[in-house]
Amino acid sequence: MSIVDETRPGGNGYVGQALKRKEDPRLITGRATYVDDMVMAGQLHVAFVRSTEAHARIVSIDASAALEREDVEAVFTGADLTDMAAPCVFFWKPPGVDVRVPDHWPLARDKVGYVGQCVAAVIGRDKYSVVDAAEEVLVEYDPLPVVVDPEAALEDASPTVHDDYDTNSVFEWSIGGGDVDAGLADADVVVERRIVNHRTAGAAIEPRGVLATWQADRLTLYSSTQIPHIARVVLSIQLGISEDRIRVVAPEVGGGFGSKLQVYGEEVFACYASRKLNRPVKWVATRSEDMSTTHHGRDNITYAKLGAKRDGTLTAIHAKVVQDCGSYHLIEGPVIPTFASCVISGCYQIPNVKCDVVGVFTNKFTTDAIRGAGRPEGIHVIETMMDQLAAELGMDPLELRRKNFIPADGFPAELVHGMVYDSGNYQGSLDKLLTHVDVEAFRREQAELRERGIYRGLGFSTYVEICGLAPSRVLGPPVWGMQGGYFESALVRVHPTGSVTAYTGTSPHGQGHETGFAQIVADRLGVTPDQVEVMHGDTATGPFGKDTYGSRTLAVGGEAIVRAANKVVDKARRIVAHKLEAAPEDIEVRDGKFSVKGSPDKAMTLAEVAGEAYIPIDLPEDLEPGLEETSFYDPENFTWPFGAHACVVDVDVETGKVKVVRYVAVDDCGPAINPLLIDGQVHGGIVHTIGQALYEQVVYDAEGQLATGTFVDYALPSAAEIPTFETDRTETPSPVNTLGVKGVGEAGTIGATPAIGNAVIDALRPLGVTFVNLPYTPMRVWQAIQEAKGAGDGPRETEQGRELGEEGRGPGFGPTTPEGGQL
Amino acid sequence: MIPPEFDYVAPESLEEAIRLLSEGGEDAKLLAGGHSLIPLMKLRLAAPSLLVDLRKVPGLHGVQRENGHFRIGAMTTHRTVEFTPELKLVARAAGTIADPQVRNRGTLGGTLAHADPAADMPAIFVTTEGSVTAQGPGGQREIAAADLFQDYLTSSLAADEVITEVRVPALDGYGFGYQKFNRRAEDWAMVAVSVLVKKAADGTCEDVRVGLNNMGSVPLRATFVEQALKGRPLDAQSIAAAAEQAAEGTEPPEDLNATADFKRHLARVMCRRALEEAVAAA
Repeated sequence: MSIVDETRPGGNGYVGQALKRKEDPRLITGRATYVDDMVMAGQLHVAFVRSTEAHARIVSIDASAALEREDVEAVFTGADLTDMAAPCVFFWKPPGVDVRVPDHWPLARDKVGYVGQCVAAVIGRDKYSVVDAAEEVLVEYDPLPVVVDPEAALEDASPTVHDDYDTNSVFEWSIGGGDVDAGLADADVVVERRIVNHRTAGAAIEPRGVLATWQADRLTLYSSTQIPHIARVVLSIQLGISEDRIRVVAPEVGGGFGSKLQVYGEEVFACYASRKLNRPVKWVATRSEDMSTTHHGRDNITYAKLGAKRDGTLTAIHAKVVQDCGSYHLIEGPVIPTFASCVISGCYQIPNVKCDVVGVFTNKFTTDAIRGAGRPEGIHVIETMMDQLAAELGMDPLELRRKNFIPADGFPAELVHGMVYDSGNYQGSLDKLLTHVDVEAFRREQAELRERGIYRGLGFSTYVEICGLAPSRVLGPPVWGMQGGYFESALVRVHPTGSVTAYTGTSPHGQGHETGFAQIVADRLGVTPDQVEVMHGDTATGPFGKDTYGSRTLAVGGEAIVRAANKVVDKARRIVAHKLEAAPEDIEVRDGKFSVKGSPDKAMTLAEVAGEAYIPIDLPEDLEPGLEETSFYDPENFTWPFGAHACVVDVDVETGKVKVVRYVAVDDCGPAINPLLIDGQVHGGIVHTIGQALYEQVVYDAEGQLATGTFVDYALPSAAEIPTFETDRTETPSPVNTLGVKGVGEAGTIGATPAIGNAVIDALRPLGVTFVNLPYTPMRVWQAIQEAKGAGDGPRETEQGRELGEEGRGPGFGPTTPEGGQL
Repeated sequence: MIPPEFDYVAPESLEEAIRLLSEGGEDAKLLAGGHSLIPLMKLRLAAPSLLVDLRKVPGLHGVQRENGHFRIGAMTTHRTVEFTPELKLVARAAGTIADPQVRNRGTLGGTLAHADPAADMPAIFVTTEGSVTAQGPGGQREIAAADLFQDYLTSSLAADEVITEVRVPALDGYGFGYQKFNRRAEDWAMVAVSVLVKKAADGTCEDVRVGLNNMGSVPLRATFVEQALKGRPLDAQSIAAAAEQAAEGTEPPEDLNATADFKRHLARVMCRRALEEAVAAA
């Protein structure tokens, strides 16, 4: 099936076209291969015995009944894994910061710290009977006090989650610039709020799954993962096997959203067991396993103070973030809330900025990266605070934003807390947004509707995000402390007959890499995207890469592809120049051919060039045969996409139900490689966030039991809840890479929560509701309305967020003045 | 989501189905669409050893009108009910069940036997004052709606009784309303209120019936509302006043989405809206 007009010659501007995805025919027709589709001769199945207790000592494990089953091959417990080389590998070691990292093994040793923790593994020949057998494994627990509230967990009297530490604090980390105390003292108005970003799940449509096979002293792991390359490093360390003997393959992956930016215990265990038993071992999570033990995201509480002069000039922002880390770390969880600090000052010039983050152990499952990963929380804080401040000042929230925007001529913009925004035009994206949203007309409509008892609200957010995760010098060991390099790799191989395979070190799970990268390569090599096969997700093929997360694929991986392709072009030009007796610098790629400038008839196709390269009888003297090149690219900076979003909601004030009736997104991720892919990412991100804002919440009860283990309780929105989106773009190139691109995979999740929240407050302000925390569920919104009614005529603060696990305030984090009060 | 081991049979006659159920005892369960039972099995909250599927049993499908009643075969899908507008309130409510996939497979008899107070059809059945025909080894009996639901997920059907037919009065001359409050379109009702109302010649309320979903362990009638409205004018004021009593005497179960107080409040709001809808159509 062709995605392009076959009559169109190559090398003629495929970049920028909204080509349909090369991936879709196989996905739509059910011909894609996911882990669960794979079957290997002699494969065994695993079922895990999972803790029913949130915090307990393991007294005994009796697996005798399971072992008596004819089709059960083995049962493993934590005590059997003492020959594993290392526990879960943890990548964040920030210089000068002590991060507590408890040993986290694939099967619990002595103690469990969360409901769902693997205690034993039953391995057998039938995938159904191992589940029955696992139910017959008897585990006796001695319960310990359960810690669920992250703020209470920081109090001295709290029980501790880990025996080795006398505190539940995971780490304390700060970043800032200027003098935030002086900045707040200098303010005419300081707004303070306790802002909750609640716990959510990635909820990919394909649950996690692995198939591990140990053959001839070599391990192959098929895994539904975002990070096959990083997984190979981790497996090497945990299993004590050198990397050359490990191959990790990510076959078709049905969504990740950060939840598969991970190497899970089940994954490592399957490899371990395959080696022990010398048989392929397979495990695919059930939906409930996925909800309980695929890492969660968000789950932090921010005490924010934003100060301004009476005229709206911002003077300082201070954010104290309490992050619920759960009981154990996986590869990087605690670093995630620190990413909130990168964008805590948003699109604005703020002379004094400080962000303090404390991580907390609780008896819940791990939090780690979920789409946006810290940046949605940071932007939710600043954009909520901007509207709160505007109300306090009696200013139009957009006027307040415009007054404080970093100006378009102020880039690169060095911020006081060390961030350097590469490029931007925040006024431009807001102006573009307002060509779609007529605020004055809306206000008239809003007033008319209120006469009829309909409460409609309009909310805005203007956001900036930090993307293109790299550069190694900043993200890596010396500065941010991630223990790795964050370059990207690519290999572009021209085959003897002129078609092309491009290998990327990034690893897609729904984004459309195969299409976008093919467009980039096609333009450079003078072929069509159909002639470019993009290979990914297999450590045995292309060079070592750093996988896909943090909106890095295009900004880092795309540039690596460009550089590899350019090297191929350089070599091809030398061959063509030699054959056509011209200078290499006079050879250009035009109309699908390598031709001599000014003499378009003197030209060779890529196939002809490849023929010369692979039948090397007449090459320039110092040129090697073959036509393929590799590039490793490590950028100089992050990229900083931005945009402006508007949301219109209707609130049923009798029931508290919020409905999104209109959503307009203007995003700027640099020049578009494929606008269709951008729209897909933006749509998906906004859906994700409408879910987060209105429907989804991972809830644990006071005993640490997960109350949202199915899609009945964990309420993902469906098509019926989602409006049609209106999207538009501005294009401000990044100076960081030659494509000028910035990344767009997370934009929707970053811009949307505050736009929705600000719209809810805009709708309810006449009723005296001035603040409500996420998620805006009917009961919370209704209660906020009731509280506001109870307060009499004037506006007042309503502090929701008193649900499970959110009781009280921790020491040292309470506001020093009444909320909303002025210092 | 892997259920425990079970056996499955799909008999081709009602007698055979009943015999299999009798022999299977407490561990045998009827399968009549499976959109409640199968998820419970996959979550291992139910573990029947034998499923007796009614899908091949003839004569359990379709809707007929007869002597002021509709006779609806127990295996009639929600989708068929939804697209039979003569069924009025029943059709209106069936169109709100879960999503099209569920409505294409789920059946009226199945959902009544499952007796979930949060589901749509049990409460509608109580409001319309229908009855079911149940066939067991000892013969056939009629069970009135008011007697069918005993407790949460518990009906008065014996383990070896099969609902074969559902009878619903035609209720000519009644206006109807159904207001369901849920977070997502596909969700069970947090609270729903169904209303049937008949206007007298002078415009007052001749008869009114109000049913409540998910306000107790079984579907309920809001008798205080009914008493408050009967014989009264059907104006906004008396509707609002009557609706204020929608939650009287109820003890709604709390869940993640709603405290009991919030559910009582929702019942009052939904009741007023359902009454308004029904009166407008009466």
